[in-house]
Amino acid sequence: MSQSPVVITATAVGKRFSTHHRKATSLKERVIRREQGAREDFWALRGIDLTVHQGQTVGLVGPNGSGKSTLLKVLSGILRPTNGTVAVSGRVASLLELGAGFDGELTGRDNIFLNASLLGLSRRETEAIFDDIVEFSGLGEFVDNPVKHYSSGMYVRLGFSVAVHVNPDILIIDEVLAVGDEAFQRKCIDRIEDFQTHGKTILFVSHSASLVEQLCSRAVVLEHGVVSFDGEPELASEHLRDILGVDRVQRSRKVLGATVEEVVPVHAGTGEVTWTAMPGDPLRVEVLLTVTGERPVGELSVRVAFITDEEDSPAALIEVGAGVVGNAAGKRRLCLDVEHLPELAGGYTLLAQVVEHSDGTVLATARSAEPLRIQPDPAGRPIAVMAGVRVEDV
Amino acid sequence: MSVALSPVPTSAPPTQARLRWELVVNLVRKDLKVKYQGSVLGFAWSLANPLLVLVVYTFVFGYVLRSTIPRFGLYLLSGLLIWNFLSLSVTSATTSILANAGLVKKVPMPHVALPMASVGFAGVQVALQFVVLIVVALGIQHHLGGVDVLLLVPAVVVALTLTVGLALLTSALNVRYRDTQHMVEISMFAWFFLNPIVYSVTLIQTHMIAKGWGHLYWMYYLNPMAGVVVSFQRAIYGTVVVPGAPAHVAVAASPGHVAIAAVPAKLPVQVLASTSNLFYLEVLGIGFAVALVVLALGATTFRRLSADFAEDL
Repeated sequence: MSQSPVVITATAVGKRFSTHHRKATSLKERVIRREQGAREDFWALRGIDLTVHQGQTVGLVGPNGSGKSTLLKVLSGILRPTNGTVAVSGRVASLLELGAGFDGELTGRDNIFLNASLLGLSRRETEAIFDDIVEFSGLGEFVDNPVKHYSSGMYVRLGFSVAVHVNPDILIIDEVLAVGDEAFQRKCIDRIEDFQTHGKTILFVSHSASLVEQLCSRAVVLEHGVVSFDGEPELASEHLRDILGVDRVQRSRKVLGATVEEVVPVHAGTGEVTWTAMPGDPLRVEVLLTVTGERPVGELSVRVAFITDEEDSPAALIEVGAGVVGNAAGKRRLCLDVEHLPELAGGYTLLAQVVEHSDGTVLATARSAEPLRIQPDPAGRPIAVMAGVRVEDV
Repeated sequence: MSVALSPVPTSAPPTQARLRWELVVNLVRKDLKVKYQGSVLGFAWSLANPLLVLVVYTFVFGYVLRSTIPRFGLYLLSGLLIWNFLSLSVTSATTSILANAGLVKKVPMPHVALPMASVGFAGVQVALQFVVLIVVALGIQHHLGGVDVLLLVPAVVVALTLTVGLALLTSALNVRYRDTQHMVEISMFAWFFLNPIVYSVTLIQTHMIAKGWGHLYWMYYLNPMAGVVVSFQRAIYGTVVVPGAPAHVAVAASPGHVAIAAVPAKLPVQVLASTSNLFYLEVLGIGFAVALVVLALGATTFRRLSADFAEDL
């Protein structure tokens, strides 16, 4: 393996995000911010050195918020590293989010052409592989329906199908595969194995240790933006289990005492609890928690995610955002504003986790009492989730 | 915690960062499909706006304000459509990166394709409007043709250069400063009236001569669109000087025309700037120089800011 050429090189890559929930987006704000001076920064990646040879399948694992997705984005050229260098050779197909690059208004057919052209294919090349894409995706006649009516499973099938058919040299996949049904996952895995035999390079993020062990020749564990392990997938899984430490959660909870009392979705306009919403709607997720602070602890942060509620599909997790809540004892409410709900109809349970900001130790987890139902939207809107965060004492 | 680390120079990964025209074409096709999907009249709507402007302005300037320009509708359209191209392109390009945040944040792609697609989209619509203009012109037996029509070529080049430059500039700036889109809207409105579209450029000429600024007349063409518009009018409208009729003589005696009293009384209404095609090439030259500066500024700004688009959105 060491003889094969290097296709991805990351040298001392760091990525810094400014922790303003909202960056200054007007001249006025910019002037005001400048006067205030001090800016808090968050390093999502620090000193990442990574070399991937052609033909390797590298699994990227780590707890939530450890920088996996940021690393994929830096490697695929979407984000510019704050320092360090990245060099990638060959055509990259990346699948970073459900339905990325799809336009809800267009049919599956039109979207295949658009997506393939984003990945660098000409119309003629796309026509040549069009039937294969449709067949692999299993969409059948649905290919002529607007994709806004697709289920999340159909989105990922189409997206994956396009990505693997454009004949990339490097395939970069974020956790999207978890959404498909078992039969489709099987197909994807076969296809990935097919890729491997053709000497293609694959980089993928997964929360499934067994999938990583099954597919990868190598696994990289990220922890707080730093590579904490790089080697055999089996050993990586073990290392990851150590980090996540299910039993440690129990222990630390007694000492640190944080409890989540409720997680509710609230209509952003009226401020009332709502369990149904339309894609594109603004939504606020309110997390009521109590910190007892029996010993001095570092800052706590709260993470919020949507988990799919469909019985026939394995759980898919969509991270919505996180907010730092400090460590002072007391009751407080975290309000997380989702600007636009994603265009993914279905039921989602809201998951809130209180974690220690410094090391990611999970102190408390809670789910919403009911699933939030996102209804199919006849108007259809582009996908974008992101959130502004506010913490108040109560 | 302030920043002590200075960023080390980085080399961007060579992803699909190169602009491919096929991608731009596909994005334009997408926009056209999405825009006219489910509307019965479809493409006809892109003609509705210039038709409305034509009707309103012809009424206001042709009948209420009694413009001395004969065939005012045709005169208006000759200059208006190329302006529409710039204005439509730049306005929609300004928000093009924001509107495609989903793409920019999740798909490695040449960002420059997005403002280019806005320009292409505007180009398709305005091209359609031009077809209508040509049909109308032939319908009213307006003589089109002659060597003047060739002025369209350099005029389009100048307009395109300026449009692309501005589109790159405003689309990149708007990601960081959302004020840009509002500023663009207001400026477009003001800029429209700087161009001799609803009035005759001779008004500017006579005014400047009256003030003794005749030698500074070229400065008017530092606005590249002024040169583009007068060239389009020369190419399509054509008539530089309309032979006088009694009604026009009366108008010609108004104070604004005192300064051009040198014009023989037989030809009282001068509509266009000059009969010499060289004049148009010269003003287009001035405009082209300015447009190139704008393009360079736009391209540099875009290149500098685009690496952080995914983060700034």
